[in-house]
Amino acid sequence: MSDQAVGRRGGYRGWLLSDAPRTAFQARCQRVYIAWLTFRTNPIAMAGLITIATLVLMAVFAPWITSGDGITQDLPNRLLPPSGEHWFGTDQLGRDIFDRIVWGSQITLYIVGMVGIIVVPIGLAIGTIAGYVGGIVDQVLMRITDIFLAFPRLILALAFVAALGPGIENAVLAIALTTWSPYARIARAEALTLRNSEFILAARTQGASTWRILRRHVVPLCLSSVIVRLTLDMAGIILTAAGLGFLGLGAQPPSPEWGAMISTGRQFILDQWWVPTIPGLAIFIVSLGFNLLGDGLRDVLDPRSRG
Amino acid sequence: MAVSDATDGAAAKLGGSGRGSTLLRILGSIGRILLTLALTFLGLTAITFVIGRVMPVDPVLAIVGDRAPAHVYEEVYLQLGLDKPIIVQYFNYLGEILSGDLGDSITTSRPVMEDLLRFFPATLELATLATLLGTLFGIPMGVLAAVYQGRMIDHVVRVVGLIGYSVPVFWLGMVGLLVFYAKLQWLPGPGRLEFYYDGLVPTVTGLLLVDAAIADNWTVFWNAASHLVLPVSILGAYALAYIARMTRSFMLDQLRQEYVLTARVKGLSERTVIWRHAFGNVLVQLITIIGLTYASLLEGSVLTETVFAWPGIGQYITNSLFNSDMNAVIGGTIVVGTCFVGINMLSDALYRLVDPRAR
Repeated sequence: MSDQAVGRRGGYRGWLLSDAPRTAFQARCQRVYIAWLTFRTNPIAMAGLITIATLVLMAVFAPWITSGDGITQDLPNRLLPPSGEHWFGTDQLGRDIFDRIVWGSQITLYIVGMVGIIVVPIGLAIGTIAGYVGGIVDQVLMRITDIFLAFPRLILALAFVAALGPGIENAVLAIALTTWSPYARIARAEALTLRNSEFILAARTQGASTWRILRRHVVPLCLSSVIVRLTLDMAGIILTAAGLGFLGLGAQPPSPEWGAMISTGRQFILDQWWVPTIPGLAIFIVSLGFNLLGDGLRDVLDPRSRG
Repeated sequence: MAVSDATDGAAAKLGGSGRGSTLLRILGSIGRILLTLALTFLGLTAITFVIGRVMPVDPVLAIVGDRAPAHVYEEVYLQLGLDKPIIVQYFNYLGEILSGDLGDSITTSRPVMEDLLRFFPATLELATLATLLGTLFGIPMGVLAAVYQGRMIDHVVRVVGLIGYSVPVFWLGMVGLLVFYAKLQWLPGPGRLEFYYDGLVPTVTGLLLVDAAIADNWTVFWNAASHLVLPVSILGAYALAYIARMTRSFMLDQLRQEYVLTARVKGLSERTVIWRHAFGNVLVQLITIIGLTYASLLEGSVLTETVFAWPGIGQYITNSLFNSDMNAVIGGTIVVGTCFVGINMLSDALYRLVDPRAR
């Protein structure tokens, strides 16, 4: 790889922008790099990326940027207004709200991560199989998908949590169960257009099994639309999780989940506005970040929908 | 590509077989929609049935209590049909739902169906007004954004849309109450009416605005209206964000088409081109979007109702949840779910019937 990079115009940049990529690896890197160049010129998308990057950094470095665990009570210092010492003030049990917001970012990322990990493989599997195999399999799988697509999301999640008991894992499960269907739809649409393309035919005549074609050819090409959709859905997932937390059905106190923080801080809104307001702002900023990022990704990865 | 060509070919063949087939095709698509509706309803009830079964509360114990002797327990067990195979239990359950029997609520000790009918109008009032608000403002905003693409108004609409999508509704409701009720005192607090007006107008439709107008009691009317302002604006903002965004993207699609260019070349005024030609084509797609918005507001009002102490179906479900009143929770889920599914299918059907391209 290095001999290609040396002696060409602009070193790595030249390697990344060369007209004739020599290896599949180089071609792949080029595609990512060119997408990044487009992405970089979109200020809205960059704002989203920076927001989400900040969230991730906050979650990773939480032990170093907080002064406590966000759970230990400190009753003498309860309900202090924002100050130099407590940037966002303290809550009804004397806990620093900044600390709790930072620790809560881990929970938020955990929720969206888990939902993504459950939802994407299910959606991809069902969608690509339905689209590629077709026939009765397609009919059955798509009817099931349609049924889930038509369900009211929040109410069903409520009923699930009611049955399984409140808690963050059950909230994740409930959200995942009502979220996977659009992914199956998207993956199926992509698989349908790919099914009769020539490179798939070539692979089939070479004797590749259905499983191999799905895994190596169809799924990778469906990924970009699925990822765009996931990024755009992240905000909705965060809002649903926060809503469940707010109703007392998601993460349970003393966990610093943002929705639960709003719920417990609700009674202080008249005199200590910062207690419920700041977690709400955090939810708002993060879901705005995901929406901006998703919009930008869509512009970059799917030029058809630009405009 | 090849697939879409194939379907186009098939459609052309179908279309070519004469006028008599049009009615047949419409009947066919209505049949298909009804079938999908029935299937979805089956799915919905199957899931609520499973939820009812996996819940950690023993339904027999919930009725007879801990200290009931074994034979009483056994009797209730048989009475509930729990000894039968699960599939038989499911069909019994389905039969009960179809006859409108959702069981009794433990909290209110009334039939769940009766409770739901009592609480539903409040939610309906909220969701309908919010959808109206979102449509009235969202469509013009979306059209303007598309016509002036890339200009200031476009950016404003985009930002408003993104904010509407990203803000937690329950939090916005709380902050709204803090600012407009507690601090500025411009608007009344939570609830549908000031308590001293309660019961002044006879219940006819359950929609307070309509009932007050029928009773010719305008004091109550204006009080109810002032209570609606904040929750409706907050739900309406969400509807507006979605409708404006979709209108914009549909309009952009149309404005790129060649017929728009033709219309302009012919010398039609810009207003005719935009509102008659381009918007005329968008209108049909918007039916689906407005339907979807309405359905999602019906279910999405759960959180708003909690914040505004609004005695609607969402609050009923959450309250029942905390009292482990599973009949009420599941009944509520089924009713809201059926409305949701029904509105979705209805807007889909309308779309298919009105738009020749979708046939």
